[in-house]
Amino acid sequence: MKKVEIFGTGCKKCLKLEENCLEAKRISGSDCEISHIYDLEEITSRGVFATPCLMIDGKVIVTGRVLKASKISEFLK
Amino acid sequence: MSYIGQAFKSLNDALLVMTWLSDLVNKLLINVFKIDETGALFKGLSFFLYDVVKIFILLGVLIYLSSYVESHFTPQKTKKYLSKFSGFKGNIIGALLGTVTPFCSCSSIPIFIGFTKAGLPLGVTFSFLISSPLVDIASCIMLASIFGWPIALAYVIVGLIIAVIGGTIIGKLDPKKYIEPFALAPLLNEEDALNEESMTKRERHSYAINQVRDIYKRVWLYVLIGVGIGAAIHGYIPATIIESILGDNNPFSVIIATVAGIPMYADIFGTLPIAEALVEKGVAVGTVLSFMMGVTALSFPSLVMISKVIKPKLLIIFISVVTIGILITGYLFNFYGYLFI
Repeated sequence: MKKVEIFGTGCKKCLKLEENCLEAKRISGSDCEISHIYDLEEITSRGVFATPCLMIDGKVIVTGRVLKASKISEFLK
Repeated sequence: MSYIGQAFKSLNDALLVMTWLSDLVNKLLINVFKIDETGALFKGLSFFLYDVVKIFILLGVLIYLSSYVESHFTPQKTKKYLSKFSGFKGNIIGALLGTVTPFCSCSSIPIFIGFTKAGLPLGVTFSFLISSPLVDIASCIMLASIFGWPIALAYVIVGLIIAVIGGTIIGKLDPKKYIEPFALAPLLNEEDALNEESMTKRERHSYAINQVRDIYKRVWLYVLIGVGIGAAIHGYIPATIIESILGDNNPFSVIIATVAGIPMYADIFGTLPIAEALVEKGVAVGTVLSFMMGVTALSFPSLVMISKVIKPKLLIIFISVVTIGILITGYLFNFYGYLFI
């Protein structure tokens, strides 16, 4: 099961990214686990240094911007 | 005037000052709505309509173009490039990069931490942090459309100087005393500092469009309010009142303007119309620039975020350095402003 992680302290962009991830999960039908990390210390200890950031199974997909649900779903297949 | 000068002026007038728009609005008000062109209502309405439309057009085009360009400056690339420089050069490059990188204020803290963890000197990171909100491509061009290029460029250069000097001063401090430990802990392994795929043209286009949509959503009310206030000043408040508070004769005008600007966290695009109206009413250029710098350089939300990473003493030093820089700028421009107008 793929592990989808969104990093962001709560501003609009990271919330939108999370929204798009949920939509991507729905589109792709993938059985992935989605979590949102808000805590600054945890965010930076993972090596993320521009939010929002999206990681799937520990690999960075995008930093600093929001990806469309359709694009995210490609990574979930 | 030389041909090039003429051509530039025509282009400037058409695209940035939009004299055609002002004429159009005035014709509309006079011929269609039959408003008396000598009255205060006309002045106020004319300014309001012209400015709102102009700002939205400029905003859309500028944000699109600058976002497209800025999308090339990813955090990783920026960090890699910046880490090649040290000392004063680092401060300069840091300040310059701060102007062309698109990071929103919510990511300024993670970026600050990331740069610090990557070993970038404290001063360099702060130069970046100071110039980032203060100067950027889009607002520079908007400034030019309102105040002309000499002032816009002077604003950029001064903003960069504040960033470089501020960063240098802060760089003399010992980071361990002033930064929370978790931000200083080095990255576990360099692998974690991450690779990302590069953007296609379509992705850059859609990113830029989203930035425009974002800005419109975020800013439309502020622009209307800002232009509204500007229009009221323009049409209804007599110059004398404003001049007595903020004019050349009041030595405290710069301080008042800066102090007023700092707690505000409206977007710079909302303050531009107010600034425009104030200048027209005779407020000194330096005072107005101080106000705008106060609004952009120090915003309450990003200060709250920064306070999670740096200790109170450094926060105070940071705020003081930037504020003093802004005050000096204001007074300097007031003294030498006549060179630009």
